[in-house]
Amino acid sequence: MELLLQQVMAGLANGAIYACMALSVVMIFQAIDHLNFAQGEMAMFSTFIAWQLIAWGTPYWLAFAASIVLSFVAGVLIDRVLFRPVQKAPILSQLVAFIALFSILNSSAGQIWDYTIKTFPTPFGHTPLLGSLVDTHEAAMIGVTLLLLVLLYAFFRGTRLGLAMRAAAANPESARLVGVRVGWMTALGWGMAAAIGAVAGMLIAPVVFLEPNMMIGVLLYGFAGAVLGGLSSPAGAVIGGFAVGVLENLAGTFIPYVGQELKLSLALIMIVIVLMFRPSGLFGRSVVSRV
Amino acid sequence: MKHLTRRTILAAVPAAIALGVPFVSARAKDYGPGVTDKEIKLGNTGPYSGPASSYSPVPKSQVAYWKMINDQGGINGRMINFISYDDAYTPPKTVEIVRKLVEEDQVLLVASPLGTPTNSAIWHYMNEKKVPQMFVATGATKWDDPKGHPWTIGWQPNYQSEGRIYATYILKNKPDGKVGVLYQNDDFGKDYLKGVKDGLGDKASMVIVETSYETTDPTVDSQVVDMKAKGVDVFVNTAIPKFAAQAIRKAADIQWKPLHILSSIGNSVGATLKPAGLEYAKDLVSDFYLKDATDPKWKDDAGFKEWSAFMDKYIPDGDKTDAGYVAGSSLAATLAQVLKQCGDDLTRENVMKQAASLKDFTVPMLLPGIKANTSPTDFAPIKQVQMAKFDGQRWNLFGDLITGAVG
Amino acid sequence: MTTTIPKDDVAVAPAVPAERAVRVRLGPRHLIIAGFVVAAFVVPLLSSSFVTFQLTEVLIYGLAILGLNLLTGFNGQFSLGHSAFYGIGAYTAAILIHNYEVSYLWTLPAAGALCFVIGFLFGLPALRLQNLYLALATFALATAMPQILKFHALEGWTGGVQGLVVDQPEAPGFVPISDDQWLYYFTLIVMLVMFLCAEFLIHSRTGRAIMAIRDNPIAAAAMGINNSLYKTLTFGVSALYTGVAGALGALAIGFVAPDSFTIFLSISLLVGLVIGGVGSIPGCLFGGLFVLYVPNIANALSTGLAGAIYGVILLLVIFVMPAGAAGFVRIVVARISRWRQTSPEES
Repeated sequence: MELLLQQVMAGLANGAIYACMALSVVMIFQAIDHLNFAQGEMAMFSTFIAWQLIAWGTPYWLAFAASIVLSFVAGVLIDRVLFRPVQKAPILSQLVAFIALFSILNSSAGQIWDYTIKTFPTPFGHTPLLGSLVDTHEAAMIGVTLLLLVLLYAFFRGTRLGLAMRAAAANPESARLVGVRVGWMTALGWGMAAAIGAVAGMLIAPVVFLEPNMMIGVLLYGFAGAVLGGLSSPAGAVIGGFAVGVLENLAGTFIPYVGQELKLSLALIMIVIVLMFRPSGLFGRSVVSRV
Repeated sequence: MKHLTRRTILAAVPAAIALGVPFVSARAKDYGPGVTDKEIKLGNTGPYSGPASSYSPVPKSQVAYWKMINDQGGINGRMINFISYDDAYTPPKTVEIVRKLVEEDQVLLVASPLGTPTNSAIWHYMNEKKVPQMFVATGATKWDDPKGHPWTIGWQPNYQSEGRIYATYILKNKPDGKVGVLYQNDDFGKDYLKGVKDGLGDKASMVIVETSYETTDPTVDSQVVDMKAKGVDVFVNTAIPKFAAQAIRKAADIQWKPLHILSSIGNSVGATLKPAGLEYAKDLVSDFYLKDATDPKWKDDAGFKEWSAFMDKYIPDGDKTDAGYVAGSSLAATLAQVLKQCGDDLTRENVMKQAASLKDFTVPMLLPGIKANTSPTDFAPIKQVQMAKFDGQRWNLFGDLITGAVG
Repeated sequence: MTTTIPKDDVAVAPAVPAERAVRVRLGPRHLIIAGFVVAAFVVPLLSSSFVTFQLTEVLIYGLAILGLNLLTGFNGQFSLGHSAFYGIGAYTAAILIHNYEVSYLWTLPAAGALCFVIGFLFGLPALRLQNLYLALATFALATAMPQILKFHALEGWTGGVQGLVVDQPEAPGFVPISDDQWLYYFTLIVMLVMFLCAEFLIHSRTGRAIMAIRDNPIAAAAMGINNSLYKTLTFGVSALYTGVAGALGALAIGFVAPDSFTIFLSISLLVGLVIGGVGSIPGCLFGGLFVLYVPNIANALSTGLAGAIYGVILLLVIFVMPAGAAGFVRIVVARISRWRQTSPEES
């Protein structure tokens, strides 16, 4: 029983990582109707920028803010410079452009900062909580993820800009007719996704250590979480992220014989089975197609 | 034209051996492919991109090392043309570029390709073509096979023998312990695990938890929690630095204090213990064959200073905490010695012969007392390691040099 | 990953519009193809054995990409899991040769049949999944495959993490060519046969049904097409093609290991598909060329930054040819014919 509790807590702590990432996956999905393969690498790069600033003596919160702002700008630029030209291209071609971006960011980070793991500071500390089941940073990570979720919810539901962004992603033609500047909305979506990615990266790095390949695995689980929860629902993505974390730990610990070696496969298979019964994810709206 | 030269050379080689070997071979001027009076061409592959790119310092530091050798006048007057390609750690790509090195670039030998699957993929080809596959950068056991694969030679102590050494240590210090092994789910992880279990012999049932991770896992927290809950009190941690550091920190977080044995893959002070927190790493036990460049105990050591000067000049922006730079330059230094011993007889046959006759050779970053030795029946140059215990600041070596049991 | 293939792929402009497929007449297109086939037979006689080996690999990747293309390009189902089918094909060949000493000739039908069955079975749950959700399911398959190949209970067969060495085919005594050339011609003939089959399939009644599902599943169902059956069958055939390619790959490389069949292989195949041209059969070979040679070019420019340069090349290619090589050729051909029509007096 104690093992179960501990594994659930460890799973929730990992799940917070995935939830963070899943949130930014859903964010860009809302803005541009795409999944972004390079999302994890963008977050990794943002985190490295913050790390570099801190290494040069910048105080933590200043570096934190600077990284978010820089990431936002970089996100907008990536949209304007790299994705504008392929906007009319078929979706699969855009996907390849994401793969290209992934490759560029990953390789450059390795060249600039090397592959050794770096410690990334956390303002929350690593004090054990709840009989050492989680520590303060992990608790803070869960808290920040939930806070981001609330803010996003308020933004998309409550502000004109948020509504305009949703309109631009859902139906660009109609949105344009009612005066929404669709191109800039997309760029804004990229910027916001990059900024959320930066926050996610800076929260994840203290746990997993910063290195160029840090996000490859996290992104995989983040996608899984986002898809499980439903891509149209930020809250679903967060719940999905936590669910993947817990599910994976329990599969690894309690399924005898195959568990540990195949735990990733088992977790993914379980997700696929869930999807077969809920084809739009646990909390997603099913899309009615028109003929 | 290319075909003609190659065929001529191929035809000439056996003739040269037949004539040259009975006499003093070192004096004769015999050249294999890729060798002229001015140049020796060597090939290399490594993971500059892809999932294993964190090992790229190994090939990078070899490139830099040969640049240094050339700046110092080359080897016996010949410059080294070191061609290094990216194989992205995918075996089919390794096969392709190694064929390119051998057939198009016409290198004398292929030096220290990195990785077990990648080297396995070219193993057969190299031996069929009779091209030296020198000092492979992997610790699998199979490279020491002079009879079956006379053109392939290993370098580092193999993972299985390291595993056995941990087992010996456990039997001596905690004979009734409950052992948990954390390993990477691939060739090197499973070799460590096998070594530990083989070493425990009849008492292999002491291992009550075998738990693996994938390199894509974000953390190994779950595995550590699991071990503590199951009452493990001897923790054999054979993870790479990132996961080794996570495990050390997590163990401290959950106030778990087993006898903690760290493998040589992840025992760097700078790359593993500092990120994990030095205070948590106290009393860890590990084994070494190379000097840890980040351990303050070596800062006045002549070998370390030499390596450090090399790094400052040739890889100024390289991160000295990365053990890959130490391994790569040491691999290249061993090969340089072989080429020196070859003199003017730079045929592939003689390269293998010289590689199989290293006598008490040492490179600057090998641990004091550890020497590379080979013979025609022994293709495992480095066999010794020494155990050490961490005191919170540095590793303290203890006991004698230990020779691995798997040959 | 993509959201909706059917809707947006109108922009892809399928190479073979469903209604124009019946009549076959000889045109410049056929002459060009015949030229390529002749060249493909002559090249290895003039090139070194290394280049022959590389071209063998190009053919193999081309075949694997064709498998993916049948599914994605013609049927509109998205897959990131084809590295798994490639791996199953390769391991089938390796296990048959290594453990049972079966002749390499028999490994191809075995690999194809096994992959067809597995692909078909995987196609069943895939029926319920669309777009991104299908992408995730296939992605799961690709990530799971290396883990399964390493799994300790299967080690007796798969060789576990150490992989298996495969005896490579040798040229029979009666033909005066090298082993590399033999393997090349063997691969070439297999590839040509399979490309022809794909061409016939696409131009058949079945092919039109497959494409109709891609273009508008609801309308296709309304016309009486059994969507489920055709979609799962396409999945099976697609896996068969990629599986045969995998078996050929095992013969060409002479070694299989779990690390050869990771998700990165799926991504390479996808890149090859897009660069060659979604929905174009000859484009697959161009994709094969890209998959094999572009990393080498990146490598030659800078080894340390190989990944970044590869990415930049990829971006440039997408900027220049957003619909892949096949789309690019179509645009060029269209321009030329328009230019001819508008200025006939010049010629």
